[in-house]
Amino acid sequence: MSKVTIDRIDFDVRSIRKQFPLLAQSVRGKPLVYLDNAATTQKPQAVLDTLSHYYAAGNANIHRGVYALSQDATQAYEGARSKVAKFLNAASPTEIIFTRNATEGINLVAQTFGRSMVAAGDEVVISEMEHHSNIVPWQLLCEEKGAKLRVAPINDDGELILDELAALLGSRTRLVSIVHMSNSLGTINPVRRIVDLAHERGIPVLIDGSQAAYHMAVDVRALDCDFYVVTGHKLYGPTGIGALYGRSRLLNDMPPYQGGGDMISSVTFEQTTYNELPHKFEAGTPHIAGAIGLGAAVDFLTEVGFDAIASHERRLLDYATGMLSELPGLRFIGTAREKASILSFVLEGVHPHDVGTVVDTEGVAIRTGHHCTQPVMDRFGVPATARASLAMYNTTDEIDHLVSALSKVREVFG
Amino acid sequence: MSELRDLYQEVILDHNRSPRNFGHLDDANRRADGHNPLCGDRLDVTVKVVEGVVTDLRFKGSGCAISKASASLMTEAVKGKTIDEFNELFDYFHRLVTDETLSVDERALGKLAVFSGVRDYPARVKCAILAWHTLKSAVSDSQEVVSTE
Repeated sequence: MSKVTIDRIDFDVRSIRKQFPLLAQSVRGKPLVYLDNAATTQKPQAVLDTLSHYYAAGNANIHRGVYALSQDATQAYEGARSKVAKFLNAASPTEIIFTRNATEGINLVAQTFGRSMVAAGDEVVISEMEHHSNIVPWQLLCEEKGAKLRVAPINDDGELILDELAALLGSRTRLVSIVHMSNSLGTINPVRRIVDLAHERGIPVLIDGSQAAYHMAVDVRALDCDFYVVTGHKLYGPTGIGALYGRSRLLNDMPPYQGGGDMISSVTFEQTTYNELPHKFEAGTPHIAGAIGLGAAVDFLTEVGFDAIASHERRLLDYATGMLSELPGLRFIGTAREKASILSFVLEGVHPHDVGTVVDTEGVAIRTGHHCTQPVMDRFGVPATARASLAMYNTTDEIDHLVSALSKVREVFG
Repeated sequence: MSELRDLYQEVILDHNRSPRNFGHLDDANRRADGHNPLCGDRLDVTVKVVEGVVTDLRFKGSGCAISKASASLMTEAVKGKTIDEFNELFDYFHRLVTDETLSVDERALGKLAVFSGVRDYPARVKCAILAWHTLKSAVSDSQEVVSTE
């Protein structure tokens, strides 16, 4: 009980909202109710200021510059790497590789670790609830190598069936790649338990943290995972920047990802020596501004604090779940016991796309479609769902707006 | 609500509830599948073409109100028309849902005029034209000819 009181004191959602300029706007003459956070989150002023300050006053190419501006930019870029390392509790900043997004992080592992470790007849294990970005890179790899992609099933609540996953782990399994939190169901997977099951058999584990990382504190050392990917634009940061955490032992053994400048120590036409971690995996001029912006975003998240964020979002989710359950003909897709911040649903007799258009006219932004998880749609026998997804700045008032917008759907479609 | 009623006109809601020419045409000699991966809409159009005339057609599949009503109204509008007439109507319909400058000629369009509201919802244009593209591919692409045994 005391926790609720503490939340009220520590977490003032109105002052949080004030830090997000975009949220103040109107859409179609109605105040914007932004509930598509699982697709991307809005950006706080601190991130916007950091980006604009970098370009206005700090722009220079990094590494090897002997002049002050370049050294400052290098320091800011590497400083951002240290912030992300701390945010994920990596043992060292050298274990953080900047990528474009989580998708690129997964592709990087597939193309380097995967191509060197997976051979014909080997297996990669994923789950039925993966985003396409954690399916297709492995399909490409398996096709190239003659390896097999094995898929652990989920139950009717959208929970991973752990026994079935364990049964798939065998002597040919080279990697388990699993989502921490499902983007279409909200399910939070018992990733530490999965890592233990895999490690008992000597199998490394990649965790897709695209959704989890902005709802809960992630500690890669406590999870004991081998790879963890995040994307900046869902962490209240810029688009075009993400990060891959990799255990340094594995990263050292992996071949490089792309060739180019910055990833080498020396180049002759006969032989090239690769640079040390993390630069070995960052060819070419990186998204310097994006990385620095991501650093500001994780600072912002740390300052607000995941205890406050998680308990606010938990209350919102419970409130929204209760309110939406009252709507006639509404069926939730994804009712896991362990879930966060995602309300995926269908309304009987109305296609999700029509639901999305109707609520949009009330200023409410939700996503409709398959959410890049077509196998999940197939599993639940629906072509698509409507999905409202919550972030730290959402309010119970906004949930009320969503509910009233959804009642308009019934007015139109009967 | 008035804005919404421009999009979801009564005719559209009616054809969404009770789509016409819904099902599979047993003696079809052309067919095509349409798929809009964005929203998961899937459509199967079966057509009978006799001497350049669409004598009968059916559609089957799942989709939103706009795509279902568009398919349903299309089957009504196209039945009995020549393929050339259909192609002309196809172009006109395409402009109707995308071109804001087009003035709606209700006489030429008949009930199809109800789709003029779609042009205010760019995200929904694909829903409205899926059936039309599918039919176009069925009647024009010889690859799509299927046996009717």
